[in-house]
Amino acid sequence: MDIAVNSATGQIDGFFEWFGNLGLFFWQVLRAAVTPPYEWRELIRQLDEVGSKSFPLVCAAGAAIGVILSLEARYSLTRFGAKSMFSVSLVYSVVQVMGPVITGLMVSGRVGAGIGAELASMKVTEQIDAIEASAINPYRILAAPRIMACILMLPLLTLVADASGLLMGWFAQTLVEPLSFQQFIESGFKNAKLNSFLPQTFKTTVYGLIIGLIACYEGMSTRGGAEGVGRAATKSVVLGSLFLILSDVVLVKFILIVFP
Amino acid sequence: MATTYDIPRVQGHPEKQNSTPIVAVHNLRKSFGSHRVLDGISLNITCGETLAVLGRSGTGKSVLLRLIIGLETPDSGSVCINGQDIDGLAIDQMGRIRKKMGFLFQHAALYDSLTVAQNVAFPLTHHRRDMSRSERDDRVKQLLIEVGMEGNLEKMPSDISGGMQKRVGLARALALAPDILLLDEPTAGLDPISSGEIDDLILKLQRERKMASIVVTHDLHSAKTIANRLALLDQGNVVIEGTFEDLQQSNIAFVKEFLKQS
Repeated sequence: MDIAVNSATGQIDGFFEWFGNLGLFFWQVLRAAVTPPYEWRELIRQLDEVGSKSFPLVCAAGAAIGVILSLEARYSLTRFGAKSMFSVSLVYSVVQVMGPVITGLMVSGRVGAGIGAELASMKVTEQIDAIEASAINPYRILAAPRIMACILMLPLLTLVADASGLLMGWFAQTLVEPLSFQQFIESGFKNAKLNSFLPQTFKTTVYGLIIGLIACYEGMSTRGGAEGVGRAATKSVVLGSLFLILSDVVLVKFILIVFP
Repeated sequence: MATTYDIPRVQGHPEKQNSTPIVAVHNLRKSFGSHRVLDGISLNITCGETLAVLGRSGTGKSVLLRLIIGLETPDSGSVCINGQDIDGLAIDQMGRIRKKMGFLFQHAALYDSLTVAQNVAFPLTHHRRDMSRSERDDRVKQLLIEVGMEGNLEKMPSDISGGMQKRVGLARALALAPDILLLDEPTAGLDPISSGEIDDLILKLQRERKMASIVVTHDLHSAKTIANRLALLDQGNVVIEGTFEDLQQSNIAFVKEFLKQS
């Protein structure tokens, strides 16, 4: 019984310790990011790594989601005699819900794992120590550009996923029942307001912060050689994805309150 | 329980004893979990001097260097660089002190995504933004010539041997013309010929640059070659500190055993 209690309290301690260390890490990164010198070149490089290199994956994922939602929507709406709502339902499903979440999960998998593994590998080979010993702030040169790139690129990648999803969703529908793209867009966005879509797209900046912060933290605090690198990459993806989904619960409620 | 020893001090070097130390370590203690690594170490190094820190594996020699450059924080005690206590300094404040220090890691710790030239240029790119690209390239070439690596500018660290990586690491450590050079096992893992070449290189650099150097090594021959003073660690403490002759004349059992086995 004592062993079980000690184990449980140890797990709880570890849980809060993780959050505490993550908070301290975030503070160090924030301080480094807002004080000069600014690492613009590294930021641009990371924008390319996170953004343009995730483009094909996000495009493909968005397209797949668009087709799936199109097939499901047509089936469900036909059953309930609401086929005319197809365009609206697909647009709202993709842009408000699935586009942001799928983009976040894809980027968490690709970018989160990449950042976690890269920084972990640098940590176990003392490259991060070498950066610090050269009087260069590793939070400024390694973490801040990566986190900033994730924050800036997620909304843009979400737009890519949305466009790809809508295009392929329309295409899947057109194969069964011809519908012009113009008609699809007009009926889908009819009565839509900017605050129906913009908050959902820009909430992905929070996803970017979560993905970048967790991946950088796990990478830069790695211990334990090759096993540690693998663990860091895995934790970056798992924890990044988990907290992304959990944050969506809060963000959706927040958006519904602030943008009714 | 730590074994205490009387620490014989260097005799016959009054000018060094009166010089203000550029690195002053006082009563440093450091543990990792329940394992006490350093147990009250005190050392002073003056400008132009080379101190070799010797000891068996796991006696805290590398930890001592990491504490001096601030990559670890001590449990107690102090490290003063040019009279300034580095305890509690923020990372950017510590950065100002580190600009005057160079560190050669045991495995060189080269940035594996950068070429040899880019590795050496890295500190210059960040701290000498006043330098033009051509000035920086010239400085990098000059540093690589000093360490005998001028023909390998575009190679990646994975394409060069361990000894060559150490040379590049040394060039990078010298990029900002430091006053203090810390070398962690500079000849570890190298064959005798390469070890001799690294020792000769360190001696040449010391003659030309007059830096204060702390060399951590378990190689007594290397320590004898490059150092003015040697400090032997055991169980987290300095057992003896002085010249090689002082060590040879010591009656301390551990010292005799260490010299016998080296």
